[in-house]
Amino acid sequence: MELLRQACWLLWKDVRLELRRRESLMSMFFFGALLLFLFQFSFEIRQDRVAEMTPGLLWLAFVFTGMLALTQLFQPERENFCLEALLLTPFDRAALFVSKVIFNLILMLLVELVVFPLFAILFNLQYWGLLPSLFAVTFLGTLGFCVLGTLFSAVTLKARARELLLPLVLFPLLIPVVLATIRCLEIILRSGAWSEAYPWLRLLIAFDVIFMTAGYLIFEWVVEA
Amino acid sequence: MSSARRGSTILGALALVFILVGQYWGLVKAPPDAYQGDSQRIMYLHVPSILTAYLSFFIVFVGSCLYLWKREPRDDILAYAAAEIGVLFTALTIVEGAIWGKPTWGVWWTWDARLTLTAILLLIFVAYLMLRALIEEEQRAAVSGAILGIIGFLDIPLIHMSVYWWRTLHQPPSILQPDKPPWENVHPSMLVALAINFVAFILLYFYLLSQRIRLGEKQAELRRRRLYGRR
Repeated sequence: MELLRQACWLLWKDVRLELRRRESLMSMFFFGALLLFLFQFSFEIRQDRVAEMTPGLLWLAFVFTGMLALTQLFQPERENFCLEALLLTPFDRAALFVSKVIFNLILMLLVELVVFPLFAILFNLQYWGLLPSLFAVTFLGTLGFCVLGTLFSAVTLKARARELLLPLVLFPLLIPVVLATIRCLEIILRSGAWSEAYPWLRLLIAFDVIFMTAGYLIFEWVVEA
Repeated sequence: MSSARRGSTILGALALVFILVGQYWGLVKAPPDAYQGDSQRIMYLHVPSILTAYLSFFIVFVGSCLYLWKREPRDDILAYAAAEIGVLFTALTIVEGAIWGKPTWGVWWTWDARLTLTAILLLIFVAYLMLRALIEEEQRAAVSGAILGIIGFLDIPLIHMSVYWWRTLHQPPSILQPDKPPWENVHPSMLVALAINFVAFILLYFYLLSQRIRLGEKQAELRRRRLYGRR
């Protein structure tokens, strides 16, 4: 509980910073919308194929906008020795990890809340009734993305060519999340039922739990090195 | 010559002998496969190289854990060395598989589960090498590498499951079948060829590993001397 309380304080700092600058969120919104246009130009999506392509395209949009957020995630801490100052406070290091995961999760979910309906409107899809289940699956996938993403955003903090290195390291590790989320979305879009998607859902939850735990345990070493 | 160096040289010589005998056995002595003919012979290299690659990634994991726990530079040198050689053997496996796949399946590459898994492994450990190369500060590079080594290893079962559910086309294993002992469905001479090559690859692996560790130690020594001057 103490950990969560500390994480809330750190999260509040990030949220306030974002509310004042509105940098990450705005660029993510527009990048997400821009990607939808790019998809249309590159695939010329026809009405009869849009349903099968939707999960993949949506996830590509989320993953790319998420990468944008991840490369900026520790930017405030990089300036003026803020990370060192944070480490001097008696905060639990894991609280920093939890707060950054939640912050990135909030950013991505906000973007997803806009991109989902926008996609439906632009490509003339009728999935309004399925939106709650689609969101639930996307939430699990986004959580997995944010957990590993936050961890490696911190790992690559002091690397040269950081923005290039992060996706190189992250994407292969994220393959289970990407595959499981896309398959889940596809099953739900196709049949509207959960039962078929259970193995994939279990995989997603396992991924989230395993790497949340691993990140929680090793984050201390990541920031102190 | 120090005893460690002598050990390494003996290992290398033994590896050479086993490789030569293994190639003779695999290419000449073992009978051709009933269905696939001669192309099956690449299996004598393909299977040992992927098993060696797996061993290598396990060593990366162990070295990474030990390093985070005890902070001995020795463990980090071990992990780094194993990752580099692991990348080599994984790439070798993929190339051998492609050479075998063309006459057998008709394609160089297909998005089968095991192929995909191997390719992802290669990508993860290439990323490991890049991560190490792009972080200048020595200790930070070591810690970052160790974290990727551990997370990557933990990720393997999940990647494995996900790509298996996604699709499967690869040959089912013909040696380790649950209902029949291996000598009933595989010609004994084939098993011998495989065993010799397996030993050869393990010997070669440890030879390369010992050489690469020595190189890592020399590099660390060099950095130390540059920093503090000769002592």
